[in-house]
Amino acid sequence: MHILVCGGTGCRASSSDAIVEKFKSELAANNLENDVQVIMTGCFGFCEKGPIVKVLPDNTFYTQVKPEDAAEIVKEHVIKGRKVNRLLYLDPAKKEHVSDSKHMGFYRKQIRIALRNCGFINPENIDEYIARDGYQAIGKVLTEFDPQQTIDIIKKSGLRGRGGGGFPTGLKWEIASKNKADQKYVVCNADEGDPGAFMDRSVLEGDPHSVLEAMSICGYCIGASKGLIYIRAEYPLAIKRLKVAIAQAREYGLLGNDIMGTGFSFDVELRYGAGAFVCGEETALIHSMEGLRGEPTNKPPFPAESGYMGKPTNVNNVETFANVCPIILKGADWYSSIGTEKSKGTKVFALAGKINNVGLIEVPMGITLREVIFEIGGGIKNGKKFKAVQTGGPSGGCLTEKHLDIPIDFDNLIAAGSMMGSGGMIVMDEDDCMVSVAKFYLDFTVEESCGKCAPCRIGNKRLYELLDKITKGEGTMDDLDRLRNLSKVIKDTALCGLGQTSPNPVLSTLDNFYDEYLAHVQDKKCPAGKCKALMKYVIDPEACVGCTACARNCPVNAISGERKKPHSINTAICIKCGACIEKCKFDAISIK
Amino acid sequence: MTKVKSLADLKKMKEELQAKIEVREKGEVSENLVQIKVAMATCGIAAGAKPIMEFLIDELDKRGINAVVTQTGCMGYCYAEPTIEVKLPGKDPVIFGYVDKKKADEIIEKYIKNGELVDGIIPTNYETIDNK
Repeated sequence: MHILVCGGTGCRASSSDAIVEKFKSELAANNLENDVQVIMTGCFGFCEKGPIVKVLPDNTFYTQVKPEDAAEIVKEHVIKGRKVNRLLYLDPAKKEHVSDSKHMGFYRKQIRIALRNCGFINPENIDEYIARDGYQAIGKVLTEFDPQQTIDIIKKSGLRGRGGGGFPTGLKWEIASKNKADQKYVVCNADEGDPGAFMDRSVLEGDPHSVLEAMSICGYCIGASKGLIYIRAEYPLAIKRLKVAIAQAREYGLLGNDIMGTGFSFDVELRYGAGAFVCGEETALIHSMEGLRGEPTNKPPFPAESGYMGKPTNVNNVETFANVCPIILKGADWYSSIGTEKSKGTKVFALAGKINNVGLIEVPMGITLREVIFEIGGGIKNGKKFKAVQTGGPSGGCLTEKHLDIPIDFDNLIAAGSMMGSGGMIVMDEDDCMVSVAKFYLDFTVEESCGKCAPCRIGNKRLYELLDKITKGEGTMDDLDRLRNLSKVIKDTALCGLGQTSPNPVLSTLDNFYDEYLAHVQDKKCPAGKCKALMKYVIDPEACVGCTACARNCPVNAISGERKKPHSINTAICIKCGACIEKCKFDAISIK
Repeated sequence: MTKVKSLADLKKMKEELQAKIEVREKGEVSENLVQIKVAMATCGIAAGAKPIMEFLIDELDKRGINAVVTQTGCMGYCYAEPTIEVKLPGKDPVIFGYVDKKKADEIIEKYIKNGELVDGIIPTNYETIDNK
């Protein structure tokens, strides 16, 4: 018998260490310490009802356990075999206690569709993919449906593009299928470039065949026999596994000519990108594949009319493709039963930043940010206060406390001033300065702007300079107006998605954290203590004992004072490195 | 290598492969075959999954334990890399996080040899498409 105690940070904060100790002593008191083991586990993802205790082998799931409950669990459950009802989870809908965690799937907030095989199969072995229904979907499509019927299934499922735009996938396929040409192309966009995002890489590394199979289904639908995966050369492992997968699929005849004797032919090749952010934009991506500069062009013509080599081309993101096969096998109705009215299915997010359970998650659309951050993500690191969450990368915005309970889907996030984006989710706490965050993203956009259109090339640079000025304490109230006006101009006039969305981090922080901008401009202070130019290190003469530790460790000799007498910092020389604070044993130095 | 010539071919192949894997999972081929999957996406490898995989292969062999160690993709628990999944015959798979060599040794000695769980288990917190 095993007693599992949740050791996730949330539960630990509510005394799971004490619970473990109490269980051990209770078991020892009953001479059971050799028969029952007490184990500390990782986060159960149910922090709301923590601390969690699970008893094996009967899978009993106790919630909100206190150290003093250990005695009762040992006496009743372990010794007498009777579950302690008052600690079982109360199903809010049925008002019943649920004892067996196998029947409480509802607490599991994640559903893995795109990630169904990630972490299950060996990605370099096609047999394991086939054993889990691999290549059944293309087989079903080729033998049971014509292209239009297949497109109708995808349309009915409500699948929308997972790269960020959220364009209905079935409709995109339909447009490409209706354009007549001797050659068409299916392109997989694996140019994942948002800082902190790694959803597509994980899919390609964990389940490359799912993308190959979905691409061939798309090829069948639109009438293309060639597929191209545009992947950044920075993803060597994903490239290696894709190559292995392509070779194995060719060997089995699942790529190539006359697939499964149906007369349908499809093959996939790789194209490498040099890691330019703008190449995630579909027209720039296509130009890059053609060997031209990675610059976007005006739409129309859309790639569906004139794309790669001037031929009709359908571009979808990795995660979009990863959803296709389950839709074919389990049906459009099944897929559209998950999610919200206008955003169906699930979304993969890469959780990063100041969050306990950094990781890759897949959640149904309509889940709230609160559930993602505080349940699955296990809350904020080091017990700090939540400040904002950045979604949508450099094209998205920062959402705050007041947005935590809105259901996540394409339209709600846009209404809230951010966007779904490809799925990066960066969590920030009270120590993050929102002006600096906006500056970070603008720095990225300036670096990644291709330079073709003036609003993006010049405008973003000016935005960056204004933000830089504010973080240095030189900003004026006029600068805040200028930031807003310029942002709007760039949004309205830039050529492609990169430029049109690049001011979003500025606008959303201006909207949600205007007081922080004011503090920088009017009070010349950075509330989070991040902007170096606005910080001042001071020694409290009351607390300083004159030990000289700070003066000896100051790299620029900015600290002076006699031994055993209070020291002082010459702020003109100080480079604000923080070395003195680390060395001071008396907490005499602070940042003002 | 046989080519898949038709959907019927593929279906037959799937049944066979699934049966093969099920047999492996239920331990019917061998009473005591232990299966271990090591999460080997870029994040796992960066966190040191490769030496752990080698350590497991070598040590299980040295200690005379009948086991298959395979690689897999990202399990999603990036905060707890390297992560491994251990499946003992007839039991549900268990995922362990923060596996260094010391932990791997503990897992072999305690869990694999005696079925005793060790600290650092990561509970599964998602639904698979099979149930949904």
